[in-house]
Amino acid sequence: MSHKIIVPIGPYHPLQEEPEYFQLYVEGEKVVDIDIIIGYNHRGIEKLSESKHFDQVPFLVERICGICSSSHPYAYCLAVENILGGEANIVPEKALYIRTIIDELQRIHSHLLWLGLAGHFIGYNTVWMWAWKYREPVLDMFEMVTGNRNNYAMFKVGGVRRDLKDEDIPILKKMLDELSPGVDLFRGAIMDDPVIKMRLKGVGVLTRQQVVDWCVVGPTARASGVNMDIRRDEPYGVSDRLDWKVILEKDGDIFCKTIVRILELYESISIIRQSLNKMPKDGPIDAGVKDIPAGEGIGRVEAPRGECFHYIKSDGTNRPVRHKIRSPSFMNVASDKVSAVGGTISDATLTLAAVDPCYCCTERVAVINKTDKCKVMNGWDLIKLSQEKTLKLKEGYYGRPE
Amino acid sequence: MKQIFYCLIFPGFLFSAVIGLLTGWVDRKITARLQWRIGPPWHQNFTDIIKLLGKETIVPAGAKYTFLFSPYIGLISAVLAATYLGRSIIAPLESFSGDLLVLFYLLTIPALALMIGASASRNPLASLGAAREMKLVLAYELPFILAIITVIIRSNGAIQLGQIIRQQLFFGSNVFSFSGFLSFLVALFCVQAKLGIGLFDIAEADQEIMSGTLIEYSGLPLAVFKLTKAVMFYTLPLFIIVLFLGCSLSPLFLIAKYLILLAIIILIKNTNPRLRIDQALKFFWRIPTLLGVIAVILALFGL
Repeated sequence: MSHKIIVPIGPYHPLQEEPEYFQLYVEGEKVVDIDIIIGYNHRGIEKLSESKHFDQVPFLVERICGICSSSHPYAYCLAVENILGGEANIVPEKALYIRTIIDELQRIHSHLLWLGLAGHFIGYNTVWMWAWKYREPVLDMFEMVTGNRNNYAMFKVGGVRRDLKDEDIPILKKMLDELSPGVDLFRGAIMDDPVIKMRLKGVGVLTRQQVVDWCVVGPTARASGVNMDIRRDEPYGVSDRLDWKVILEKDGDIFCKTIVRILELYESISIIRQSLNKMPKDGPIDAGVKDIPAGEGIGRVEAPRGECFHYIKSDGTNRPVRHKIRSPSFMNVASDKVSAVGGTISDATLTLAAVDPCYCCTERVAVINKTDKCKVMNGWDLIKLSQEKTLKLKEGYYGRPE
Repeated sequence: MKQIFYCLIFPGFLFSAVIGLLTGWVDRKITARLQWRIGPPWHQNFTDIIKLLGKETIVPAGAKYTFLFSPYIGLISAVLAATYLGRSIIAPLESFSGDLLVLFYLLTIPALALMIGASASRNPLASLGAAREMKLVLAYELPFILAIITVIIRSNGAIQLGQIIRQQLFFGSNVFSFSGFLSFLVALFCVQAKLGIGLFDIAEADQEIMSGTLIEYSGLPLAVFKLTKAVMFYTLPLFIIVLFLGCSLSPLFLIAKYLILLAIIILIKNTNPRLRIDQALKFFWRIPTLLGVIAVILALFGL
C-alpha cells in the first residue's frame, strides 16, 4: 500500500464554509503528508486600511471576520491608544466595562459556533443544531446592545460608540442565566459520551513542545498545557479587575481542545456577570480623541481563537501609514502539518477543524512556486473557469456570439 | 402475470419505494424535530427523486457500463427482497424453503452494487468510500448471520420465513426470550450499518470524503441509488420485525411495530456521532459478534 493518492479538502468542500485548500497525501486511509494552500480570498485589508482615516478603520477591520468581529477592532483601538498613552489612561471607566462585555459575549458566541461545527464534523448533527440554538440568545443580546447580530460597530478609538442602557442590564443577566443550563448540557453530553471520547481522545495531538515550536496560540495552545492568555498576561479592558481563571488541559488532543472551549464558556459568562454588576451607573463612554500623534503602537487581544495582534504606525496625519495584522488562525492552521499527519482521513478532517480555523483571518497573498507538473488553481483561475462555463451556457441558450 | 404484479406493484417496487420514501420523510421529520428544526413536507423525498430524474447524467471519463448498471443491480435486488418479504407476510404458506437465505443474499447485494459502482467511477474519494463500505460489510455481516442463525435455531431449524412467522404466532415473538432479545439488539446495530446512518455513516461521510461512494453519481443513477436506499429503509426494519417481532402481523400491529422500530433506529442515529471505520470494525467484531455467539448458545439450550 505505498500508493499515494491526493485527497483534496477544499477549496470547495462540505467541511469548510470558506475557500481553503488542504492537500492530504494518503496511503489507504492514513495521511502521510499535508499541504496547506491559502490565498483564494485575499482582500488586501492592510492596504485598504492605509486609505481610511483612523475612525473608519474599526468598521473595516471588524469585517475581516464575522465571528471575531469585536477582537479585530478592539486590537486596532488598543494599538492606536498605545500611541496615545495606553487604554487605561484614555478610555473612560464605563467604556472599559462595555468593551469587556462585548468581547466576552463574542467569545461565547464563537465557542458555541465552533462547538456546533465540531458536532457537525463528527457527524453529530444534533449537537450542531442544539449548540446553534443556544447561540441564538447570545446573538439576540448583541442585537439588543449594539443593534447588530454581527459586525457590532461598538469600538472607536478612545471609547465605545453606544452606551449600555440601564434597562437592558437585567434582561442581559436573565439571558445569561438561561444560557448556563445549555452549557451544562453540552458539558454533560460531550464529557460523558463514550462514542465522542472514542472519536476525539488521543486524536490530533499537539504536544507542548510542538505548540511552542509552531507558535500556536489561544485555546489550542491552552489545551496542550501552555499557560498563555492575553487577558491575564497583558490585561486590557477590565480583565485584571475581575475574578476568573485561565482554563488549562494537558493532553493536547481534540477532546482537550473541546473541554477548554466549553469551560471557557463558563468563565466568559462569569466575566460578563461581574462586569454587569461592577459597571458604573453613568459616566462618559468616549474620550473624544481628536488627533493621533506620530508614533507606533501595538494592540493585543485574546480573540476566541487566540492572540490577535495589530500594529499601527502613524505619521501624525489622519491615516495610519502602516497597519499590520496577525490573526490567531494564521498561526494555528499551520500546526495541522504536525497534528494531522499520521492519523486517518477521518481524524485529519477533525484535526483541521479542531483549531477553530477562521480562514478569512488566514488569507494572505499566496505566491506559488511551481516546481512540479501538478497544476494548482488559484482564485483567479477558478473565476476564469467559471466565466468560461457561463459563456458556454450562454452559447447553449443564445447561440455563439458573432 | 401475477408474479410481475407482485414484483412491480405490490409488495414490490412501487409499494416499497413509496413506503421507503415516506419512511425517509419520517426519519427527516423526527430528526428535524429533535434538532429544533421544522423539517421538510411529506412529499420532499418524492420531489428530490423527481428532480434528480430531470438532471443531466454525468459519466466520468473512462467509466462506463459498470458505473451505469450497478445502481440498477442494487435496486433490483432490494426490490426483490422487498417482494419476497412482503409476500411471506401476506401469504406465509406460499413461501419456499430457503427463502430466508435468498433474502439474506439479496439484502447484501445493494452494498456490493454501491462498491462496484464507486470503484468504477475512477475517483480517489469514491474508491476510499468503496474501501470503507467493504470493511463495513466485513464488519457487520458476521453478527448479522449470527442473529439470523439464532432465529433459525429458535424455529427448529426452519429456513423459511413462513415457518418462522408461524412459529412465533404459536410460541410468541422471538424477542421475548433471552437469546432472541440479544440477537435483536445485534440485528438493530447491523441494520444501522446496512443503512449507513448515524454511527455507521462512514462510507458516505459528507464532511470527510464528500459522500464518498456516491460522489461521481448524478441524475438518474443517483436517483436509483437513493431509491435503493429508500427501499432498504423499508425492507430492513420489516425484516427485523418478521424475524424477532413476528407474532400477530395484522396490518395495524405491523404498522405500530414498524413505527416504533423506526423511532428507535432514528433515536440511535441522532444521539451518536459517526465512528471511524477501524472503530466500527472493532465494535462489530467485539460486542455484537460476542452477543451473537452468546445468543446462539442460549438458543441451543432453548432459552
